Amino acid sequence: MGVVKVLEGSEAVALAVKACRPQVISAYPISPQTHIVESLARMAADGELETQYVRVESEFSAASVISGASAAGSRAYTASSSQGLLLMTEVLYASVGMRLPFVITGVNRQISAPISIQVDHQDTMSLRDSGVMQFYVESSQEAYDTHIAAFKIAEEANILLPVMVCMDGWILTHSYEQVSLLSQEEVDGFLPPFRPADFLTISDPKSWGSYAEENMLMEFKYAVQQAMDYGKGRIKEIFSELSAITGRDYGGLIEAYRTEGADFILVAMGSVAGTAKEAVDQLREAGKKVGLVKIRCYRPFPHEDIWEAVKGAKIVGVMEANFSFGSEGAVSMDLKSRLCGRKDAPVVLDFIAGLGGREVDMAGIAALVERMEKASNDGVRMMEPQWIGLDPTIFSRGAK
Amino acid sequence: MELTIGAVVKGGTSLGYKTGSWRDERPVLDMEKCKACGQCESVCPDSAVHVVAEAYMIDYDYCKGCGLCAYECPADAIVMIKEEK
Repeated sequence: MGVVKVLEGSEAVALAVKACRPQVISAYPISPQTHIVESLARMAADGELETQYVRVESEFSAASVISGASAAGSRAYTASSSQGLLLMTEVLYASVGMRLPFVITGVNRQISAPISIQVDHQDTMSLRDSGVMQFYVESSQEAYDTHIAAFKIAEEANILLPVMVCMDGWILTHSYEQVSLLSQEEVDGFLPPFRPADFLTISDPKSWGSYAEENMLMEFKYAVQQAMDYGKGRIKEIFSELSAITGRDYGGLIEAYRTEGADFILVAMGSVAGTAKEAVDQLREAGKKVGLVKIRCYRPFPHEDIWEAVKGAKIVGVMEANFSFGSEGAVSMDLKSRLCGRKDAPVVLDFIAGLGGREVDMAGIAALVERMEKASNDGVRMMEPQWIGLDPTIFSRGAK
Repeated sequence: MELTIGAVVKGGTSLGYKTGSWRDERPVLDMEKCKACGQCESVCPDSAVHVVAEAYMIDYDYCKGCGLCAYECPADAIVMIKEEK
């Protein structure tokens, strides 16, 4: 085993990436991602990390550099946030189609306007349909472990997709936590060098992402979905392999926390899951049958695992820090899409909580469970999405 | 077409695609007027103007008939003629 250190979340991620020996890193700084790429740049400059660190003038270029590097057979990495991720979007969609297995840290931050640098999940959620695999982490330790798994998942021959590890800005990236690090030998043993079957080389010229007519394009897209479906099983195996080394087990695609016999189950992603666990413990002590499903892997979406965890519950309350304007939160849509056909499926309520860094605390979560209990007693089967903590007096004054 | 992971295909194959069939107008060069300035060669987006035996000629296997050469020719030595089948 390696050492245990008290580290800033960003430093923990930088150390995880370093241990994975990326051959190319390219990034453009944006809060709150900055400390991760600053650390990696320092490691490269100090000779601690043998890599080509490519400084660029925009996130579009950063994504382009690592997609080119990946096509050339290099293990490649970038990180961004908010508008930066949006600027990468065009390249990321193309990288999925070209099946380039690089890793991105998506440091969650809200999207302008109005401008704010606080956390929510709107930025990474905007990439949910791209074909980039997505993981959300609760702690810096989980961020460290998930990054190491991410390269292995991405590079799996039957997956070959970009993988994004999403972590809450500030709450995780800028707070200090005890993090247990693996030794370089342990990481090398887990993650072999990247050796793709096909890569760009002058001796055998090839072209990536070539033209597909209407008679073939659907098949190329379906192949991405097949990789996602295959990934569900393989991701669990890879996390198990890593757990055998680290001794830490976060569950597979989801973590079911005290869901046994629960009538009311919360669903959360990211650091708020930690607060929710504490709230669940308190509510359980008070005799309430409450549990939590933490979604770790959001794409591919773990429909089956969630069903196994929530079947038998009365109400599932999704707490989510994103919103699809004109509809509802994305996670509740995903959840309902396969629950609604199940016999005796629980009612799903959608709680929009934590946009733009709005505090979600234990009292707030307890109040949310009360709303779930009331909905159950009133026989509510569906509800408009509830915006938690919204100040109605602001609207009664009217917009000036 | 084959379904390959990442839509990877053999590179350097563009010469195999004879794009001249896309053309609906054909540039015709009048050698009497041509001053051999090379403008047509430099503006052709398909590199379909070549120097052969010290004279400019248009490669109709690849010329898509965009007409840039005729537009730019300072000697008005190139005219666009309707393609007919």
